[in-house]
Amino acid sequence: MTTIAATAGDMHDHAHDHDDKPAFFARWFLSTNHKDIGTLYLIFAIVAGIIGGFISGLMRVELAEPGVQYLGQWASYLQGSPATLDESYHLWNVLITAHGLIMVFFMVMPAMIGGFGNWFVPLMIGAPDMAFPRMNNISFWLLVPAFALLLGSTFVPGGSGLGAGTGWTVYAPLSTNGSVGPAVDMAILSLHLAGASSILGAVNFITTIFNMRAPGMTLNKMPLFVWSVLVTAFLLLLALPVLAAAITMLLTDRNFNTAFFDAAGGGDPVLYQHLFWFFGHPEVYIMILPGFGMISHIVATFSKKPVFGYLGMAYAMVAIGVVGFVVWAHHMFTVGLTVNMKIYFTAATMVIAVPTGIKIFSWIATMWGGSLSLKTPMVWALGFIFMFTVGGVTGVVLANGGVDDNLHDTYYVVAHFHYVLSLGAVFSIFAGFYYWFPKMSGRHYSELLGQLHFWVFFIGVNIVFFPQHFLGVQGMPRRYPDYPEQFAYWNEISTFGYVVMAAGMLIFFVNIGYALVAGRRAEGNYWGEGATTLEWTLSSPPPFHQFETLPTIK
Amino acid sequence: MSGAKNHDYHILPPSAWPLVGSLTAGLMAIGGVMWMNAPVMGEYGAWVFYAGLAGVLFTFYSWWSDVIREAHSGDHTPVVQLHLRYGMILFIASEVMFFVGWFWAWFDYSLFPQPLEFLSAAENGGEALVENLIGKEGAEALVQWPPAGVEVLNAFELPLLNTLILLLSGTTVTWAHHSLLHGDRDGLIKGLWITILLGILFSFVQAYEYSVAPFPFGVTNYGSAFYMATGFHGFHVLIGTIFLMVCLGRAYAGHFTPKQHFGFEAAAWYWHFVDVVWLFLFAVVYVWGGWGAPVH
Repeated sequence: MTTIAATAGDMHDHAHDHDDKPAFFARWFLSTNHKDIGTLYLIFAIVAGIIGGFISGLMRVELAEPGVQYLGQWASYLQGSPATLDESYHLWNVLITAHGLIMVFFMVMPAMIGGFGNWFVPLMIGAPDMAFPRMNNISFWLLVPAFALLLGSTFVPGGSGLGAGTGWTVYAPLSTNGSVGPAVDMAILSLHLAGASSILGAVNFITTIFNMRAPGMTLNKMPLFVWSVLVTAFLLLLALPVLAAAITMLLTDRNFNTAFFDAAGGGDPVLYQHLFWFFGHPEVYIMILPGFGMISHIVATFSKKPVFGYLGMAYAMVAIGVVGFVVWAHHMFTVGLTVNMKIYFTAATMVIAVPTGIKIFSWIATMWGGSLSLKTPMVWALGFIFMFTVGGVTGVVLANGGVDDNLHDTYYVVAHFHYVLSLGAVFSIFAGFYYWFPKMSGRHYSELLGQLHFWVFFIGVNIVFFPQHFLGVQGMPRRYPDYPEQFAYWNEISTFGYVVMAAGMLIFFVNIGYALVAGRRAEGNYWGEGATTLEWTLSSPPPFHQFETLPTIK
Repeated sequence: MSGAKNHDYHILPPSAWPLVGSLTAGLMAIGGVMWMNAPVMGEYGAWVFYAGLAGVLFTFYSWWSDVIREAHSGDHTPVVQLHLRYGMILFIASEVMFFVGWFWAWFDYSLFPQPLEFLSAAENGGEALVENLIGKEGAEALVQWPPAGVEVLNAFELPLLNTLILLLSGTTVTWAHHSLLHGDRDGLIKGLWITILLGILFSFVQAYEYSVAPFPFGVTNYGSAFYMATGFHGFHVLIGTIFLMVCLGRAYAGHFTPKQHFGFEAAAWYWHFVDVVWLFLFAVVYVWGGWGAPVH
């Protein structure tokens, strides 16, 4: 990352125009301000995260012991009449579907791209706002009806019970003639709206990053978080429209007598999987790349060193983005691909370990010989590096088409992607949140509670997910509410881990509440000399409109 | 804001359109769900859908009216115009990827055909029917594309005519553009009129082609991928035509100058994009994709 020297006059120019903010409704509902919209996104992501996390609690409670304990009661409660076994099991499918879609589309993406991207891309490139401030707001507000449609789908018929029970992948034919009723239509249109939101956001970020960098900031001097959002935005722009086409085909198969995925009419259910994963694989990088960017800043800040191998770090992300488009069928090793296809997709997938390895080792090299301080954001970043590496390594295992024949759709896969997402993406979100919370709010959180949150959460999620590797190798399939005796031991431990994790989250909310009510005021650069990007040249929180005179970069 | 702005970027006041557009888009989605599930969700779905659609169209109109007003008041500095260019190109790139999805389906079916037997409505006494004979006796002989029993349109009749219409419209929009660059408003207006008329002609030919097509919407994979791919293209032609009509109105109103006329350029780019998609449709769907099948 480049060391940035802002012009001296910068902070004084606008130290005193905080007060021309619009009134409440105009400010928060009709906003054209990147920081306010970023805040809206973060609040939205927290609300969605609570709902998605609560759903995973329901699932862990049900899975704590063999047999079906609670689903029947919950399904009866939901539909207001005694539930049959089918209806109870359908509720299980609804829970896994809602958990996946909420966490992907309404928690991780809004937090990383919408929240941190909106807040810090303009600040880091020395821009006064986004390129399209008004379009920025529709990107946010489209998520609200999208989320409402998804949540609402739970209360209408969706096949063998209430709600959309298709899995987040919405595979046909379960999602077509397997789910009669409006629920899946609602889920599909929810994805259409969320997709439109993300495409507009991607257009906005790419334009902003290409056109609004401060004088002197060439692409190769741009902070790594900005690089990560740039690559992410391209993935969104090129991958989401393919999902839109695929789910439009689902919609017409369901309602207008087309036969895209109906083999009886010559359609091909595997085509849906190809289209979905052509989007879905870039999507998993969309969820992690901004995290890579944030971790680079945090590791550099708390090592008091510039990040090791800046250019390599930037181009590794570009490589991950490019190669991410040509590996999708490793999600489909068991659909009957030819051996040659499996060879190609195995090899191409493993290639991604190279740029990812560049990143892991460059973070370690950044810390090497640095002056480390283990503040809250840094411990989250270290947790990220450690846990993401675990998830990356199991990813290399799963990349092998032959091995995946055995492990496909087992808990090993569940453990793998939760290590890269719940312990990877989510850890990077917390790292970024603690890194920037005082910058955004102007208030310090409690360092003690931040550390405590980390340790309780870290221990909790590892207890949840590490045993799931064992369950997967034992052969426990994912997406079932019931299992035989021999899987009981690790499932009980996994559920215990959820309780620990939930306690960690309580500490987080207490800490946020404490910071907002009684937190110490934060100065402009509260991390000191390690924090070198442009957001640290501004007050905390920054003025409503920053950089009214553009900074110059040496 | 407090007037200290020392840059050429566009800082906007709060705007109601994003909120109105989002909420009415949500209303449209809910109406669509109600409409498609009328037996379960009552009979008012269409009304809710159209109410939402009206809101979305109102948002488009109001929002872009604001953009035009801002352009006239000098907010569109060179760098802001550059933003608009990037935005339009990126939007078109995402549209290209949307069509990739539909072409993908077409290639899947045509390169890996299924042994289908299709009976048209006339042959089957009123309702078209398709059966997949995979695994049954004689199935091998039916592995072909287009599916056995499907009669296709002759690519070198109406589709070729439509290809020529769109290609011609691509030249007339360029004529309009060059007139505009040379400050010739008459030429601009003539070029736009002809382009718009050609666009409308294309849509009429396409609608006529649909009405005489020998295979129904859906039922087979052929009838699904054909109508959805060409239909989405047709929808884009309509949008492009409306975009050009707006430009024509703005040309009459004298909005465009040889130096600043991004609205026109965006419409022209969009029109060329629609044109190129059609060339792929013509080559892949009509010519190659119907090759060897009985022609209606």
